[in-house]
Amino acid sequence: MLRFISQRILAAAPVLLGILFVTFALARLLPGDPCRAMLGEKATAQICDAFNVRYGLNKPITTQFGIYLKDVARGDLGQSFRYGRPVTQLIVERLPVTVELSLAALIFATAVGILAGLWSAYRRNSIVDVATMVIANIGVSMPVFWLGLMLAYLFALTLKDTPFQLPPSGRNSPGLIVPTIQEAWRLDLQPGPLNSVLSFISNMHLFSSLLTLNLPVFWDTFRHMILPAVALGTIPLSIIARMTRSSLLDVLSLDYVRTARAKGLSEPRVVLRHGMRNALIPIVTIIGLSLGSLLGGAVLTETIFNLAGVGRILFDAIQARDYAIVQGFTLIIAAAYVVINLFVDLLYAFLDPRVRLG
Amino acid sequence: MTVTDTAASTVAQGIADRPPRSPAQDAWRALRHTRSAIVGATILAFMILIAVTAPIIAPYPPNQPLIGKEDVKKREAPCIHLLGCPADRPQHIMGTDGNVRDFFSRVLYGARVSLMVGFTTVGFAIIIGATLGALAGFLGGWPDNIIMRLMDVLLAFPALLLAIAIVTVLGEGLINALLAIGIVSIPAYARVTRASVLTVKEWDFVLADRAVGVPPMRILSRSILPHTLTPLIVQGTLGIATAILDAAALSFLGLGAQPPMAEWGSMLGAERNQVFTAPHLVFFPGLAIMLTVLSFNLLGDGLRDALDPRLRR
Repeated sequence: MLRFISQRILAAAPVLLGILFVTFALARLLPGDPCRAMLGEKATAQICDAFNVRYGLNKPITTQFGIYLKDVARGDLGQSFRYGRPVTQLIVERLPVTVELSLAALIFATAVGILAGLWSAYRRNSIVDVATMVIANIGVSMPVFWLGLMLAYLFALTLKDTPFQLPPSGRNSPGLIVPTIQEAWRLDLQPGPLNSVLSFISNMHLFSSLLTLNLPVFWDTFRHMILPAVALGTIPLSIIARMTRSSLLDVLSLDYVRTARAKGLSEPRVVLRHGMRNALIPIVTIIGLSLGSLLGGAVLTETIFNLAGVGRILFDAIQARDYAIVQGFTLIIAAAYVVINLFVDLLYAFLDPRVRLG
Repeated sequence: MTVTDTAASTVAQGIADRPPRSPAQDAWRALRHTRSAIVGATILAFMILIAVTAPIIAPYPPNQPLIGKEDVKKREAPCIHLLGCPADRPQHIMGTDGNVRDFFSRVLYGARVSLMVGFTTVGFAIIIGATLGALAGFLGGWPDNIIMRLMDVLLAFPALLLAIAIVTVLGEGLINALLAIGIVSIPAYARVTRASVLTVKEWDFVLADRAVGVPPMRILSRSILPHTLTPLIVQGTLGIATAILDAAALSFLGLGAQPPMAEWGSMLGAERNQVFTAPHLVFFPGLAIMLTVLSFNLLGDGLRDALDPRLRR
């Protein structure tokens, strides 16, 4: 197993280097001059020269790449031209929003998807099965942005003044103060890694309000999170439901399941204990892969529901040619994607000995 | 010889005389019996029909503002005479948009753009991806390593984010959006083709080709590639669905089709802030995208079941 883990980690290394190169190249290929994009009419030749020297843009491209690699290794992702602040600081602020949204969507998709798939397989060829699979097929074909807008219309307007009314945008109600963990726990920390970690967690309002037992904030954030999470989670939900059904049906037709039935075990025990355990292997893979597509879909969901996450800042940065932000955020997302895939691979090997022994 | 023996031999003779069915005929028979494929093909045929006949069935030109020509206002609700809309009001089945254009005509024309997007991007991605995958699988060694690591790097980015970044580099517009979606789709086809080539190149008839000295590229193009088509067709059909969704997303964000082109994603993006006041302008283009994507998904699933003998019931 150790050999398998080290092999997989070694295989991920060149991909990470490739990602570093692609993010660097992409940012340099953006059309237009960053100085002129930033400063507009104020950008004289003299000011632009100073600007290029300050941000190292006057150096040869290979030197710039070398400096970039060294900085990344030190955890320095550069300074945003537009905000005048370190990119890592912006990541600490924005990434939690996207991570929280993606995780909420994934939890929703996994819980409902597995249950729907399980039910569908258990009642194979019944009306429930057909209806579930028709809905799953429709779900996987729906554009995230359309579903988001339709949900907002339904729950904010059509169901207005009913108990089912939900807010159509934002993370919290206007005027609601969300204290940070440091404030809630009265910690007086100096800027540093611990402070950054706590700030990161504080920006995940759902999680931090649960940690600090701030129930009014939790309930408010939860209500705001429902529509974006459902919109973002519907496609993975449909994929997980379909995969659970087909995987479970495959497993249930195997000999050992027949043996379990022949032993006189109850049907729920056969399906849940004997069938589901082996059916989980492809489902785990799909869930891991879904997280990557969720990060992409989050851009659209954040736009529709007015959430200040990674998607929004990345989109704005691309428009403003803010190299450092484009580089930093794309790098973080791609690296996270590689790590998630690596984790899924390892989990897969853990669940199925044939993978690590093959 | 008894009567039963005679009947049995006649039946056996009949079976022997019947020409054997080709794999394609087998697949077609299986496809016709797959419910999801039939539904998918029917919806797709309907969409293609709409796209082809749009100039005939659309009551108005898609980009023509009706202001001054008819007594209509912008963002008017749908008016269908059969459903009780007063006869003195002009009929607009899906209402009018923010520029006082007939929305039904625009939705009909949108089918042309979406289908074109799907087929073009996937065609582009298959040509490049299949070539790279076939070379990687066939040559092995360092070309395989380089090509597949490159594909891994492309796969390491969420597709939509990478497409957004590429469009930003290339500039906004439908053609660049198509190119971006095509580029991010390449790895999927490269992987599928490589996997098939790796299997097929060990088959006896390929080894026989090698033994008699057939040139390698000829073996690849004549003997191996035709056997990799099945998974490519399935992947391509499902890929069209994803391409249509991604193109609509890019247009929705203002990076793909530009106004006044009637494209479902950009129509939705242009009116998204009106969802509470004129929901029909958001509902219909989204429904059209969903139906088109659904048709390819159903057809792709059906094709997979029909073309893979192991999945046939």
